[in-house]
Amino acid sequence: MEQLLQQIAAGLANGAIYACLALALVMIFVSTDHINFAQGELAMFSAFMCWQLLEWNMSFWIALPAVALVSFVLGVAIERVVLRPLHHAPVLSIVVVFIGLLTIFHSLAGAIWGHTLKAFPSPFPRITFPGSGYFGPHQVGMIVVTIGLLVALFAFFRFTPLGLAMRAAAQNPASARLAGIRVDWMLALGWGLAAAIGAVAGSLIAPAVYLDPNMMAGILLYGFAGALVGGISSPGGAVVGGFLVGVLENLVAYFGNVLERSTGVYVVGNGEKLSVALIIVIAVLTLKPSGLFGQVTVKRV
Amino acid sequence: MALLEVEDLNAYYGQTQALRGVSFALELGGITTLLGANGAGKTTTLRSICGMVATEGAIRFDGEPISGRATEEIVRLGVGHVPEGRGTFTNLTVDENLRVAAYTRRDKAAAQRDLEMVFEYFPILRARLGQQAGTLSGGEQQMLAISRALMLGPRLMLLDEPSFGLAPLIVQEIFRIMRRINAEAKVSMLLVEQNAALALELADHAYVLETGRVVMSGKASVVKSDEAIRKSYLGY
Repeated sequence: MEQLLQQIAAGLANGAIYACLALALVMIFVSTDHINFAQGELAMFSAFMCWQLLEWNMSFWIALPAVALVSFVLGVAIERVVLRPLHHAPVLSIVVVFIGLLTIFHSLAGAIWGHTLKAFPSPFPRITFPGSGYFGPHQVGMIVVTIGLLVALFAFFRFTPLGLAMRAAAQNPASARLAGIRVDWMLALGWGLAAAIGAVAGSLIAPAVYLDPNMMAGILLYGFAGALVGGISSPGGAVVGGFLVGVLENLVAYFGNVLERSTGVYVVGNGEKLSVALIIVIAVLTLKPSGLFGQVTVKRV
Repeated sequence: MALLEVEDLNAYYGQTQALRGVSFALELGGITTLLGANGAGKTTTLRSICGMVATEGAIRFDGEPISGRATEEIVRLGVGHVPEGRGTFTNLTVDENLRVAAYTRRDKAAAQRDLEMVFEYFPILRARLGQQAGTLSGGEQQMLAISRALMLGPRLMLLDEPSFGLAPLIVQEIFRIMRRINAEAKVSMLLVEQNAALALELADHAYVLETGRVVMSGKASVVKSDEAIRKSYLGY
């Protein structure tokens, strides 16, 4: 039982990472209908920038907003410069561009900062508190920051005119233009937000997995799984999905181990965690393509 | 004085030419209607004015050339377009649909007054405020589309077949309110309709389009009473 709780707690902590990344994916998906394969590498690049600032003895709580801001601008710039000319291009061209961006940021990070693992200090104080047997301070911090981000985004989209304009532009670009909304800028803004969220995600993941250009390879897959489980069109769903995937992968490994101990038959274990994520993706796509909280549009004709 | 002037307008969808040298003018405060069969170029004309189609030729709004400008910039000058198919933001609530439409307004007090005006014209929308707009009936969605255009605070409203797919009683109500909007809110209108009899009742000036050309124009009362025109172009 003790061990089970520990596994769930660890799952939630990992889930927070996936949720953050899933949130970034959803931002771009709802505003442009694209899945940004380069999202993970962008987050990794932002994490490196944050690390660099920390190396220059800046406080984490100044470095993180600064990096989020720089990433926001970078995201907007990528949309305006690289993707804008491709607005009417077929999906495959855009996928190729995403893969290109992925490689560019991957090699760029390697070229600037090298390929050796770097320790990234956790910004959260090492204190003990009730329950610290299950959660470390960094894990609690990650969960809190993720939920805080979600609440802030929810408020932004629900209560601000700009958030409303972004939703309108995503839903019906032609009508949004007729309302005087500069739709192209809304797309760029979606990219900027995604990059900023990615920067937060990357800088929080780095202390848990160490910093190197490959750090996002597996995590992005979990992020996809989270976004798909929750519904790729729903920010709240993406966060729930991220947590679910985090807990599920740990539980699968846990029960696999229990099974092996009691019967001696090895079915699944820690090694199959990534496969579990992929199975989740395929199962969701097959059984409920819109995800748990994805929007199924009601339309009367 | 002409609020909208269109001169020698050509419009293209890819290689296909949809308008061939269309010229007309719309008087400030008036209601002008564009009539014609399917494929005559009525919708294309409206879309050209709003920069949604590739065009050649001159379009002036209040004396200012607007051809070649982006749709959102033209709209911001005070051109409210009620598009074909109503353009409802189906996943947003009715309230959000109306607020999106007022997004570009700087004068929030005026926008609030316009919202009250919308509720006076279409009381049903007030009752539906929190409802997802995609669940409204066709007539209600058309009312919402007109309301969205009104929330821009427009000087000119382009209406693309507001009667399409609606029951005759609803159509009558909507046309009655369009007349009030024209008279009370001082919004000039360019109305595209298949239902020529209805449009000629409302409009004061009419242009008839055939395969991308203006083939006839005149006062609505004259067009209405000319049997030859009615028979050959309007089919009633």
